Amino acid sequence: MSDMLLQVKAVETYYGNIRALGGVDVEVNKGEIVCMIGANGAGKSTLMMTICGSPQARTGSVTFDGQDITHMPTHEIARLRIAQSPEGRRIFPRMTVYENLQMGASLDNLKYFNEDVEKIFTLFPRLKERQAQRGGTLSGGEQQMLSIGRALMARPKLLLLDEPSLGLAPLIVKQIFAAIKVLNKEQGLTVFLVEQNAFAALKLSDRGYVMVNGKVTMSGSGKELLANPEVRAAYLEGGHH
Amino acid sequence: MEYFVQQLVNGLTLGSIYGLIAIGYTMVYGIIGMVNFAHGDIFMLGGFSALIVYLLLLSVFGGIPIALALFVMIIVAMLMTGLWNWVIEKMAYRPLRGSFRLAPLITAIGMSIALSNFIQVTQGPRNKPIPSMVSSVYEVFGISISLKQIIIVLVTAVLLTIFWYIVNHTPLGRAQRATEQDRKMAALLGIDVDKTISITFVMGAALAAVAGTMYLMYYGVIVFTDGFTPGVKAFTAAVLGGIGSLPGAVLGGIMIGLIESLWSAYFTIDYKDVATFSILAVVLIFKPSGILGRPEVEKV
Ligand SMILES: Nc1ncnc2c1ncn2[C@@H]1O[C@H](COP(=O)(O)OP(=O)(O)OP(=O)(O)O)[C@@H](O)[C@H]1O
Ligand SMILES: [Mg+2]
Repeated sequence: MSDMLLQVKAVETYYGNIRALGGVDVEVNKGEIVCMIGANGAGKSTLMMTICGSPQARTGSVTFDGQDITHMPTHEIARLRIAQSPEGRRIFPRMTVYENLQMGASLDNLKYFNEDVEKIFTLFPRLKERQAQRGGTLSGGEQQMLSIGRALMARPKLLLLDEPSLGLAPLIVKQIFAAIKVLNKEQGLTVFLVEQNAFAALKLSDRGYVMVNGKVTMSGSGKELLANPEVRAAYLEGGHH
Repeated sequence: MEYFVQQLVNGLTLGSIYGLIAIGYTMVYGIIGMVNFAHGDIFMLGGFSALIVYLLLLSVFGGIPIALALFVMIIVAMLMTGLWNWVIEKMAYRPLRGSFRLAPLITAIGMSIALSNFIQVTQGPRNKPIPSMVSSVYEVFGISISLKQIIIVLVTAVLLTIFWYIVNHTPLGRAQRATEQDRKMAALLGIDVDKTISITFVMGAALAAVAGTMYLMYYGVIVFTDGFTPGVKAFTAAVLGGIGSLPGAVLGGIMIGLIESLWSAYFTIDYKDVATFSILAVVLIFKPSGILGRPEVEKV
């Protein structure tokens, strides 16, 4: 299990002169589900995008499967099978649902498309109904499903999810988290996710990190963090479990 | 009535040429938000490439079937002009991507001047005639339609169909549309955005080269300044149709072709450009995004 897939080491990322990440260390092993929790503006999305090289880390390094990807162009990183459902979902608004999914399968030139799209439609029957609709006209929740589905179409080795539960009804969140668990258990998919929904995320994850102001302040197993009084006070209290 | 239909035929011919050029403007604008001011000169370059190919063919083979000659001219002009635009994009525009908005526009204006001067120096400043290629004219119900016009409209229709297919139904076309809609997301999905933009420039140039070849065949002469007026007209066509919209570019091209011929036929020819631009102004007042354009969406 302790076969390292992703290693983020002392990464600093800047937007102009503003430092968004101030020396972040994160490790994700093969087959794990790892989550990052933290307040708004902590730098979680920046970390996800830095892993994909957009923006690139100014110092420190990102290593994937033993390969240094810190200064690799984004599209080449994607070709190593790191797929992301990014913040804001970024659905192509003037493409149909079906075409958005085709875009997800660009890496293999649609070789496994027919087979894989059926799996996505089983996971999100809603997308099947809406496959001819333009992405931009989907509801927020439907867009979220599409964004996750599109990322899965790439047959990723590492799936990055930036707030997958955002805007979704609790029942759908449950379904998605259950689906992630199944993909992880059955296909050994490695997942690194960012969540505001700390309780659900920590429960799902093998391990978790807490980010404050661009720095990782705590880490531990999902259970440990759930039990940690500081974490409870900052991210869980008031949330209903 | 026959006179009117005659003008429609003439306008459609002219409009096909504008439409082919307009696609290059609209695609480049769509994908990187840049008005490629040098595109008219790319068109002119395409015309010169075709001319040189034809003269070479004549001097090597003596006589050559016109259909074959045209085919070779079109293909070589597309390749040569595509290559030119590929190099220009890589050297002049790409380094400026991400700098302030006017930088690429100013560079493109410079490139436009450089290209026309280059042709002036290498090909001379005078009109270059092409030995007459096609001269048959058919009379249909009192309307005279020349073979040239038929060729122009047919070639345009075939190319537009191929082009439409590429953009809407191939992985390349999807990559282009994805890059246009969200460049960062396209990269996250493994699309080489720079390459996709390069290909877009090449495709636009190839269509402009065909337009250049048709223009050369239609008018029988070409000169280094010929990029300007048709370029401006085609740009107007792109704006009129809705910049960023491919069907819009074709529609705009045909409309401008028709307006020009009809105006010249019934009113004074001196004011045909005034008429064209007045109609553009009127359309933009009522529909600022052009006929088929979508309202400006924020670019991220
Ligand atoms: N493109 C940008 N330009 C300048 N500053 C940015 C940019 N993107 C993010 N930031 C800043 O970087 C910091 C981290 O932002 P980031 O989006 O990574 O936070 P986050 O943890 O994902 O927050 P949230 O939970 O609200 O999504 C914030 O202070 C933000 O204002
Ligand atoms: Mg975020």
